[in-house]
Amino acid sequence: MSITYLEAIREAQARALAEDPRVFIYGQDVGAFGGAFKATKDLAKAFPGRVIDAPISEDAIIGLAVGAAIEGMRPIVEIQFADFSTTGFNQIVNQAATLFWRTLVPCPITIRLPSGGTVGSGAFHSQCMESVYAHYPGLIVMTPATVEDAYSMLLEAVAIDDPVIFCEHKYLYYHLKAEKLPTEALPAGKARIAREGRDMTIVTYGAMLHESLAVAEELATEGIEIEVVDLRTVKPIDTDTVLASVARTGRLLCVGEGWPWGGVTAEVVARVATEGFGLLDAPPQRLNAKDTPVPFHPNLWGAHRPTAHSIAVAARNLLRL
Amino acid sequence: MIQAELNHKPDAETALSRDLFIKAYRLMLLARVLDDKLASLYRSGKIYGGCFLGRGQEALSVACGLSLRKGDVFAPMIRDAAGRLAFGETVLDALRTYLGSRLGPMRGREGNVHRGKPKEGLLSMISHLGAMIAVVNGVLFARRLKGITGTVGLASIGDGATSTGSFHEALNQAAVEKLPLVLVIANNQYAYSTPNSRQFACRSLADRGIGYGVQAVEVDGTDLSACLEVVGAAVGRARAGAGPQLVVAQLLRLCGHGEHDDASYIPDELKRSPVGRDCLATAGEQLCRFGWADADTLEAWRAETVRQVDEAVATVQREPPPDPAEEDWTALASRHLIEVFPEPVEPVNPPCAFDLP
Repeated sequence: MSITYLEAIREAQARALAEDPRVFIYGQDVGAFGGAFKATKDLAKAFPGRVIDAPISEDAIIGLAVGAAIEGMRPIVEIQFADFSTTGFNQIVNQAATLFWRTLVPCPITIRLPSGGTVGSGAFHSQCMESVYAHYPGLIVMTPATVEDAYSMLLEAVAIDDPVIFCEHKYLYYHLKAEKLPTEALPAGKARIAREGRDMTIVTYGAMLHESLAVAEELATEGIEIEVVDLRTVKPIDTDTVLASVARTGRLLCVGEGWPWGGVTAEVVARVATEGFGLLDAPPQRLNAKDTPVPFHPNLWGAHRPTAHSIAVAARNLLRL
Repeated sequence: MIQAELNHKPDAETALSRDLFIKAYRLMLLARVLDDKLASLYRSGKIYGGCFLGRGQEALSVACGLSLRKGDVFAPMIRDAAGRLAFGETVLDALRTYLGSRLGPMRGREGNVHRGKPKEGLLSMISHLGAMIAVVNGVLFARRLKGITGTVGLASIGDGATSTGSFHEALNQAAVEKLPLVLVIANNQYAYSTPNSRQFACRSLADRGIGYGVQAVEVDGTDLSACLEVVGAAVGRARAGAGPQLVVAQLLRLCGHGEHDDASYIPDELKRSPVGRDCLATAGEQLCRFGWADADTLEAWRAETVRQVDEAVATVQREPPPDPAEEDWTALASRHLIEVFPEPVEPVNPPCAFDLP
């Protein structure tokens, strides 16, 4: 038996609904239809009245989730594409993220954002929003890169007493498979050493983990050992694990699929530069998508975001510094 | 629309309506006296940030608060001192928030009108007021999931918020889900300085209800008994399961947007028109006309109210402000996920200083 990243997300939601009567799912097309990606397939039937179709109103969807959280529920919101969360942005960053600070009433909502690029998706169905939400106090931002993490982190997101932005990567939905669901997991806020190495550290997350692992595999044939750190959670960032890795390798390349101005990769580089300057044997580097909207055509899209090819170039360049 | 004569005379025959009217009047008076006190504290520099009054909106506001019961949900707007008091908020909570007392519900983290106790049904507004409507929907939605019936939620907004996307999304959402939401619009003719003519082009904001399949009623917001009757009936319909209700009140803001604003853009003829009538003064005249109070009684109530507010101010002014050293600088409930960002720290042993010759 094998299970995909997408199926793991569905299974986590089924388990959350089964184990906690406070959980419900609210979003566009999530009910009988099972969601645009089928992440809620058959859940409406299995949990009557608890998997509910919403009008196309991201602002009201998030607002309703906040109100339900005040009333003690633990809603899971599916935003159909991460890109569409911008129309619910105000409710996320000003309502949900500030509620606990203002009132001491927790806001345990999970907002699932199908994120990142896939072939042909274009400018409005491909975005990576994690850096935007990570900027705001009061939010937890998760970027699971494995089937196991998609499952365990989603369950943890539902259990966390704060709003969690759950950036599940659409590119991994069907491609990524595991033998079975995990029975144990690292907690949120802890990064994972996805591959050990001594020559340089690549810090990454989401779909870029797999591009980076491919590079590590390729360069290993040349005797270059790359350590790959999967951040898993980008807010908070596990700075300790990153610094410990850089202490071992002396070189840092940070790879993200989002845009290059600021963001997660810039934050990681800033932390290593300020807290681990003496550990570095070369200037820390980062690699992101190009500073344009995400293009539609595969030729352009393939050159827009980092890939194993461009990461390998960046890694070789860093080793020469 | 507004008429010169009051349409809704209270039923003088029933003690209930007399008692309710008097209770409402005294709460309106308390709100007005509190607002006046806040205005003078603002002018004397005792208040950080803005100061937003409900002058002219007390009749509608108190009707909202009095129509609700314990267990209901209330999301007030910035001019709802009367409704808050009627719903159970204390004068101390209002003053502690305005004056930044550490003992207040917001503990110095938020000020002025951004106060509430969500667990007691009083939501704390964000400035994007239309966004509060969906939050009320969420509380009501959750209650339905939990099998709790018989409670309603009331969201209070102004004419300006009806132009925001949040208003439309949330009203539609409430209609689709048939939630017991009462959405009260205080059309006070101006959103800050922008008049109705630059805010919307429909005949009345009540017509917005038609588009969403929501029952909508209009009321003269300067007429206390009309407000009590119309808002009370809308809350009753929602409680009985008739779905969301829209109430649009016509009135005039008898102050600036905030106390920093002299509202010189409001023409005198509008102030002199029926919509500009002071609902508190009008209700006081009615009390006398119906023989429920006389001028001496009104004066005695006012004096007692002033004393009550002055005492509360004196209490709160002796209370400690928030202390940044004791502030728990985190926005998270999950303590294990708090990130600690480096801050400059004074060296423990500063370098020796030498006296220059």
